[in-house]
Amino acid sequence: MKGQEYRFETSESSGEKVEHLVQIKALFFARARDLTGLNDMVLDVPSGSTAKDCLNKIVGKFPRLEEIIGCVVLALNEDYTTESTIVKDKDELAIIPPISGG
Amino acid sequence: MASTTTESSRILHEIETLKSARSDLDRRISSLESQLRDLNHHQNNGVSHAPSASVSTLDSTFPHGLSPDMIYRYSRHLLLPSFGVQAQSRLLKSSILVVGAGGLGSPALMYLAACGAGRLGIVDHDVVELNNMHRQIIHTEAYIGRSKVESAAATCHSINSTVQIVEHKEALRTSNALEIFSKYDIIVDATDNAPSRYMISDCCVVLGKPLVSGAAVGLEGQLTVYNYNGGPCYRCLFPTPPPTTACQRCSDSGVLGVVPGIIGCLQALEAIKIASAVGEPLSGRMLLFDALAARIRTVKIRGRSLQCEVCGENSKFKAAQFQEFDYEKFTQSPLSTSPLRLKLLEPHSRISAKEYSDRLRNGESHVLLDVRPEHHFKIVSLPNSLNVPLASLDGRLEEVGLALKEEEHKQGSDSSSGDVQLYVVCRRGNDSQRAVKALQEKGFTSAKDIIGGLEGWAREVDPTYPAY
Repeated sequence: MKGQEYRFETSESSGEKVEHLVQIKALFFARARDLTGLNDMVLDVPSGSTAKDCLNKIVGKFPRLEEIIGCVVLALNEDYTTESTIVKDKDELAIIPPISGG
Repeated sequence: MASTTTESSRILHEIETLKSARSDLDRRISSLESQLRDLNHHQNNGVSHAPSASVSTLDSTFPHGLSPDMIYRYSRHLLLPSFGVQAQSRLLKSSILVVGAGGLGSPALMYLAACGAGRLGIVDHDVVELNNMHRQIIHTEAYIGRSKVESAAATCHSINSTVQIVEHKEALRTSNALEIFSKYDIIVDATDNAPSRYMISDCCVVLGKPLVSGAAVGLEGQLTVYNYNGGPCYRCLFPTPPPTTACQRCSDSGVLGVVPGIIGCLQALEAIKIASAVGEPLSGRMLLFDALAARIRTVKIRGRSLQCEVCGENSKFKAAQFQEFDYEKFTQSPLSTSPLRLKLLEPHSRISAKEYSDRLRNGESHVLLDVRPEHHFKIVSLPNSLNVPLASLDGRLEEVGLALKEEEHKQGSDSSSGDVQLYVVCRRGNDSQRAVKALQEKGFTSAKDIIGGLEGWAREVDPTYPAY
């Protein structure tokens, strides 16, 4: 399972100014790994995007993630984060569903 | 040829004789152990597997309370400047409860016994099975079919006879959890299902006990400490339970044996740190273990949620609410590990494994569709079955149609044979029902599932058929 890169189209208003993009890396754990088939992916999002925006884009790409997205721990650069946190270039957003087996 | 047969039957006979002698010995050992426990029970006020007299309690003349035997046994701990005699002495006075004597509980219990936890409780209601042995290293083959708690207690006792081991041979329920937990300082969650995890966390909040929580499945593990020093509880992190489909179990998804082993060891370590008041327990942080990448990450997690239903500021969740709470309903999954038995189909869309074998013998023209994942199919499969995993069935209906046509073709000249039948099989008979439902919706109206799947086949037709 290698990481993949997905770019999301951004709106270019009449070619005047290209919207600034930031590149983040999403890390998948446990069930999120099974559902995406990936350990991680690189994601380009408009600057000013929140963790929630990133999640929405990821779920858009992998609709099966809908199943778990209401029950995950999020971490940004290994630190606690909320969905409203604004992501920066090179950030790592970890999506961690609980494991219950043992 | 004849002599080989004689030789093998002689060996078989000898094996049987030895096995029967072994179970006699096991029975006698058990009975003696239980006599001994009863004796100790009377001496030591209600605690089974109590320490033997020579090395019993903290009764030495030294101010730290360690006897000469203890000083020798735990000397490597005492030599650690950051642990030393003070931490060991605290550990010896502590009581720790491990819920679950499985893959996580095995190493956790063995280390907690070895390191000298004062009193060690074990909760489990299961028996040891052969397919546990690759990860549940506290159990030995001699205990297959016997109580996990008894087996675990015997191993702990053989590692360290000075530790008090308490056997709780019962399933943990809201009716007994408060009483059991209240006898211990620290709780270790080594269970394998979502409802138990919520129940254990809630009970720890109600009683104010720290909880060392570990989990493992496949090639990944997670570890954290809940409800400790104002830290979050399980519900602060996961207020909404995951959907049943997201809860993977080792019995369905598989697990590499050493993975729960590593998490279980780390659980013992966290419990020891809390009991001896050493170091920084993993509270407010979660450790993620990735076996394939050989990587451990520790991420910061949220603090206690003021809005938490159970540990929040205005929570009304107390002992009474706990006892009334329906954890199976809350998580939509059973507390026991018994596998799911779906009933999605009408009786006319199903046949028993026995009936399928009769039809097979009568040469009935049919296609057998096996909808298990490919790696299951590789373990074992029925002859002439076509493997189309349930997940890819939608896109491969054409193949099913072709297989049916081909079969029709074979029978072409024989018009009396009637329609070609379509049977669907899986491991336990749940996915096959889902597949039949989907197939019927797509026009394969005669599709039938084989009740109970390959497990049913092993039960009703061929007892030597491999179970997994």
